[in-house]
Amino acid sequence: MNPKAQNRGAAIDLEQVSKAYGAFKALDGVSLRIEPGEFMTLLGPSGSGKTTTLNVIAGFTDVTSGKLLVGEKSVVGVPAHKRNIGVVFQHYALFPHMTVDRNVAYPLRLRGVTGAERERRVRHALDMVKMADFGHRYPSELSGGQQQRVALARAIVFDPPLLLMDEPLGALDKKLREWLQLEIKRIHRELGTTFVYVTHDQEEALVLSDRIAVFNRGAIEQIGTGRELYDEPATLFVGKFVGDSTVLRGPAATSGGETAIEISGQKVATAKRLANGGKPVMLLRPEKLALARPGAGNDGRNRLTGRIGEAIYLGSGSKYEVDLADGSKAIVRSTLEAQSFAIGDEVDLLFAGSDVKLLADDDKADLTLT
Amino acid sequence: MSASEPTIPAAERRRAWRPFALALPALVLLLAVIGYPLLTIVVRSLSEPQWGLQNYVWFFSVPINLAVLQRTFVISAWVTLVCVVCAYPYAYLMTAVGPRVRLLLLLCVLIPFWVSGVVRTLSWVILLQDSGVINSILRSLGFGGVRLIRTQTGVVIGMAQVLLPFMILPLYSVMKGIDLKLVQAARSLGARPSRAFLTVYLPLSLPGVYAGAVIVFILALGFYITPALLGGPRSTMLSTLVQTQVLSLLQWGRGGAMGVVLLVTTFVLLALAAPVMRSRHRQAGRP
Repeated sequence: MNPKAQNRGAAIDLEQVSKAYGAFKALDGVSLRIEPGEFMTLLGPSGSGKTTTLNVIAGFTDVTSGKLLVGEKSVVGVPAHKRNIGVVFQHYALFPHMTVDRNVAYPLRLRGVTGAERERRVRHALDMVKMADFGHRYPSELSGGQQQRVALARAIVFDPPLLLMDEPLGALDKKLREWLQLEIKRIHRELGTTFVYVTHDQEEALVLSDRIAVFNRGAIEQIGTGRELYDEPATLFVGKFVGDSTVLRGPAATSGGETAIEISGQKVATAKRLANGGKPVMLLRPEKLALARPGAGNDGRNRLTGRIGEAIYLGSGSKYEVDLADGSKAIVRSTLEAQSFAIGDEVDLLFAGSDVKLLADDDKADLTLT
Repeated sequence: MSASEPTIPAAERRRAWRPFALALPALVLLLAVIGYPLLTIVVRSLSEPQWGLQNYVWFFSVPINLAVLQRTFVISAWVTLVCVVCAYPYAYLMTAVGPRVRLLLLLCVLIPFWVSGVVRTLSWVILLQDSGVINSILRSLGFGGVRLIRTQTGVVIGMAQVLLPFMILPLYSVMKGIDLKLVQAARSLGARPSRAFLTVYLPLSLPGVYAGAVIVFILALGFYITPALLGGPRSTMLSTLVQTQVLSLLQWGRGGAMGVVLLVTTFVLLALAAPVMRSRHRQAGRP
C-alpha cells in the first residue's frame, strides 16, 4: 500500500439524519456532503449536535431516521468495528496497559498484520507524528500533547479512508494547540484522507478547515469556507459565532430597496433588504467600523454616538468595545496608524451602508456561547 | 553536609512524629489483640507439652491433617472462583446503571453483611438440606434430589454467598474508574465487542479481580462456622480440626502448630502469586 497515495479519502453523505432521545432531538434533519479528501470541521456550541453527528458517522450512535453513506455505501446499521474509520478522542483514549508501540500496533493486530510489515507501519505512523523515539513508553509517561499525537498515529496506522476527531486539542494549552493544528494540517496534506473535525473553537476551525459546517440546536445553520462564513453569514447565529461582530437592533423600516434601523433616535441605513421577511437586524465586522472624535465632518457614512467601554492593545492594532446609547456594545478593530482612544472617551462610530450585513433576527442566536 | 542542603529544624523533626502519635491507638490494638496472641500461639506450638518440634512432626506425620490442609486450600480456591464468576458481571452492572439502581444493587450486597453469619449459615441449612427448598423445587420439576448439605458443594455455595461482597466491592471500585471511551476506541480501531472486552476492559479490571481474590481466598482459609454447619466429615476444613484439638482435646500445642502451618502456607502462596498480580503498567492519569 502506498502511504503517499493521494485522494483515497472517502466521501460522506448525510441525508436528513435525525437522532432523538425521547422528546429531545439531538439532530434534526442534518444533511451534509463531505468530499473525498476534504477537511471538514463541524463547529458549534456544546449541545449543538456536532459531536452527535461525529458519533453517528463513527457508528457509536444509531440514527433515528435518515441516510448515511460513507464512500457511497450506506453504513446505517453497520457496527463501529466494521466501518474502518479512524477516531481521535478528546481525552486521547490510549490504552494505559499498553506501550506506545502496542497501542499503535493494536488496529494492525486486529487486521492480522504481523511481523516486519506491522513493525514498519507502526514506525511509519509514529514518524509521521514525530513520536518515533517514544515507542517503549507507557501513555502515563507522556505529556498531553504527546499522548494526542500517539492517538493520532493509532488512528491513521491502518490507513482508514476517513478520520474523525472529536475536539482533539481541547485539553491542551494554547501554544501547544496552535502547533498541533499545523501538524494536523500537514498530516492531512500528506495522507489525502478525509478529515472530519469537531470543535467549538471558531479560530481553530478557520485555521484548519477546507469547509466548516456551523451547528446550532441540532441542525446545520450554514456550510461554507471560513471566508464565506465570515463575509456572508447566512444567519445571525453564524454571524455571531464566527468572528467578532456588532449587532444593531431597533425599529426597522423598509422602503424600496433600502432598509433603515433606528437606534436611540439615530437612523442607520443600508441599500439592502431582507429577501425572505423576518425582522431585520444589522451585523458589522470589527474591521469595517471606524472611530472618530465627536462632531468630525460628515462624509455620508452612517454615524452612531457612543463611549469607549474597553480598550485593548493587541500589538498589531487595538480593539475597542464601544457602549452605544441603546445599551448594546460595538466591537471595533483599528490599525496601528489609527487615532487611539481611552476608556470613557466620547466617540462617533462610522461605517458604510454597503458593509452592513442585513440578517433576519433570531432571539435564539443570543444564547451564551461556550 | 553542604551549606546549600536544607537542614530540618528540630521543631519540624518533632512534628514528623505526629502521624505516628495519631496512629498509636490502632498500633496498640493491633499489637495487643493480634501480635501478642499470635506470638503466644507460636510459642505454645513449640513448647507444649515440652519444648521441641513434636507438634509439627505430629502434624506432618498424620495423613488426615495433610488431607484437610489440602482440602482447605481447594475449597478456598473454589469459593474464590465462584465469587469471581458471580461478582464480575454484578460489579460491571453496578457501573453501567443509574445512581438509583446502583444504590439498590449496593444495598443487595450490603444487607446480608448486616445479618449475622450464623443466621445466614443456618438459613443455608434450610435451603440446602435433603428436604429443603432447593431439593423440593428440583423434585417438583421432575429432577431427582441432589445431595447438597454435608457436601463440599454445599460448603462452597454457603461460603461464596458470605464472601461475595468482599469480591464485588473491590471489583466495582476498579471498574468504575475504567474509561469506557477506551472500549469505544478499541471498537473504532476494528475490535468486535468480545475482542474489545478481552484486550482492553478485562486487563484493566484485573487489579480489582486480584484484590478481591486475595481477600476472599484468605478469609475463606480461616472459615469455621459455615463449613462446620454445612459440611460433613468429608468436607472438614482446618479450622474445625484446630477447634477439636484445642477445645475437645485441650492440645493447645497441636492446635497452635496447625494455625502456624496455615499461616505460613498462605504467605508462601501469596508470595508465589505476587509477581503475576503486580501490575506491569502504570495506570494513566484519568482526565
